[in-house]
Amino acid sequence: MQLTGAQALIKSLEMQGVDVMFGLPGGAILPVYDPIIDSSIRHILVRHEQGAGHMAEGYAMVTGKPGVAMVTSGPGATNIVTPLANAYMDSTPLIVISGQVATGSIGTDAFQECDITGVTMGITKHNWLIKEVQDIPRVVAAAFHVATTGRPGPVLIDLPKDIANAPMEWYWPTSVEELDLPGYHPVTDGDPVLVAQAADLIGAAHRPVLYVGGGVLKARAAEALRALAERTGIPVVTTLMARGAFPDSHPQALGMPGMHGHYTAVTALQRSDLLISLGARFDDRVTGKISAFAPEAKIIHVDIDPAELGKVRRPDVGIAGDCRLVIEELLTAMTARGDAPVVRDLAPWWAQIHQWQEKFPLYYDHAEGGAIKPQNVVEQLRDAAPEDCIVVGGVGQHQMWASQYWEFNHPYTWVNSGGAGTMGFAVPASIGAKVGRPDRTVWAIDGDGCFQMTAQELVTATAEQIPVKIAILNNAYLGMVRQWQEMFYGERYSEVYLSPDLPDYVKWAEAMGCVGIRAETPEDVGPAIEKANSIDDRPVVVDFRTDAFEKVFPMVAAGQSNDDIVVHPDQAARAR
Amino acid sequence: MTPAHLAAVPDEKAASPRHHILSVLVENKAGVLSRVAGLFSRRGFNIYSLAVAPTDEDEHFSRITIVVDVETAPLEQVIMQLDKLVNVVSIGELSPAEAVERELVLATVAVGPTERSQVIQLVGVFGGEVVSVGADRLTVMLAGRPEKIDDFEGLLEHYTVVELQRTGRVALPKLDRH
Repeated sequence: MQLTGAQALIKSLEMQGVDVMFGLPGGAILPVYDPIIDSSIRHILVRHEQGAGHMAEGYAMVTGKPGVAMVTSGPGATNIVTPLANAYMDSTPLIVISGQVATGSIGTDAFQECDITGVTMGITKHNWLIKEVQDIPRVVAAAFHVATTGRPGPVLIDLPKDIANAPMEWYWPTSVEELDLPGYHPVTDGDPVLVAQAADLIGAAHRPVLYVGGGVLKARAAEALRALAERTGIPVVTTLMARGAFPDSHPQALGMPGMHGHYTAVTALQRSDLLISLGARFDDRVTGKISAFAPEAKIIHVDIDPAELGKVRRPDVGIAGDCRLVIEELLTAMTARGDAPVVRDLAPWWAQIHQWQEKFPLYYDHAEGGAIKPQNVVEQLRDAAPEDCIVVGGVGQHQMWASQYWEFNHPYTWVNSGGAGTMGFAVPASIGAKVGRPDRTVWAIDGDGCFQMTAQELVTATAEQIPVKIAILNNAYLGMVRQWQEMFYGERYSEVYLSPDLPDYVKWAEAMGCVGIRAETPEDVGPAIEKANSIDDRPVVVDFRTDAFEKVFPMVAAGQSNDDIVVHPDQAARAR
Repeated sequence: MTPAHLAAVPDEKAASPRHHILSVLVENKAGVLSRVAGLFSRRGFNIYSLAVAPTDEDEHFSRITIVVDVETAPLEQVIMQLDKLVNVVSIGELSPAEAVERELVLATVAVGPTERSQVIQLVGVFGGEVVSVGADRLTVMLAGRPEKIDDFEGLLEHYTVVELQRTGRVALPKLDRH
């Protein structure tokens, strides 16, 4: 069967089981947009290419399937660089197809030419510039294989226009050997000798903690994790990327560690004598000052990426492998030991942990100032939402409050930008999440600064009938930066004031075909949420005018030891 | 420039423990060198020298010999990160004690009537070659251990070196004598 390169590309995507893609056409990618008309793949036309990338990420994070985005050459391709960088940091499987100028024009500074494989080399797991039309099916299959196996990540395929127009004889690779990837061998199983050593360390520990990262979600290992936690009785912390991997309602859950983590989660890591790190990477936002992090702890580090073992902290036992498989191996090793106890008596450790929980729960002053408290908005949204609601965060104070005050009891219900900290992520990512899980309620909890970066994608949502719900915690500031300037720059506020009512978020929402709602007083919050939840035929935006001076606590200042965690002033006063 | 003076220069300097040699087999594809070099710069690893050439007749693979400054990052981390590059097929690690290393230098030296014979003599003592002769210049070549090249380069500095180009090291494992 003879096809054009463009037809072969779309057919290859169909062969990969792609049901939806996000994109925006332009000159160099025009040939590939023609066969889309006849394809089974749903194409969602975005208003800016960054939106396409984040939508594909949101889709991937809730479905576990790779997200696909397509853009044209030059500025189309550079506009999707931020989502690629974001997906690289958070190990999200993302396939970006970019148009390129014709092969004969490459290197001549042709119109809308950009060396996008060069630009994205450091922020993709791999990328390809296709120079032979016959390579298209093989490269597409290889791209999906690389993006979704081992440590997942983004890939980019750059397709010159003349290659898209050239004829080729259709084929489809049926084995990994045909993909021509001689240097790609992702690990899966953990070394049984190391797994046995890990079981020994667990058996000897007095103050163990399961330090759970996003890798557990990528490995679909939430059930295995729960079995391990319940078999051992060890407390569990879930990082920002792992919220939902272990139920917050579980008595062994200590919440989130890190710069704005729960006091008990941070302190339990700090005082631990054994960290069992599963798919986490000792990120600086978790460890604080690395030389002062968990000083008495031995480390078991399980990660599918061998380069993570020892990158930041040298493990006592480092196991390269898929988290689900390694946890299952660990459980098998424990079962093989018969009646011998798998852990020591952890009662003294739990007694200590319960003291911390009692003394320093999450706290904010509900009454202070009479304004809407952003934390309270999150609590009311949470209490009114269905159990399996998907929550999407932007980046900043609102993201931290969402991660703290929501109760995550199911995997793949929390979508946010962790490693890269990409403001503007929430609106497009929530649209992608809703496309991936149309059966679920999707609430984006966004900030006013973030919302202004990518809000135009709500036009896409309205046009494509994707009924997401956006809660803007509008404090009229770039709030997290404002908090740092207050705490570390002597209240010298530099370029952080936005405005509560410029733009008018309700009018803006309405102009984009959404329902716009405003809540100005604490009494407005409940009814506003109720109204928003009652609408399911179009997107909704709720402008919550929140207390501008609220800060996120607890907090470990950048570069400080986790021992120097700062709690809310009221809590600190009571503790004195 | 007497032989006695030459003898005072240690023939074989102890290889610096800061440096390690990686012999990296890569797919011979467009951009692969850029991927390797880019990885080193973005991870903050230092390259001391780098040499690259195809390894087989059909040119599917190339070998990149990289001398790494292991004080900037643990060698293990450099290897693990390199191994993540999809085009990297295999990585061999050679400690200087277990490797044969060679390097080549080309140098053009400005020579007057008196220096001409001195430079030719120096090249002869080191076992190099004069590869090009001009009215007032000589281009000389020496291949050998990197330390020997260092010594030769040091001695050439007594003259006016117009241009000098080293290839960077290539290395293979030392053979077992048994």
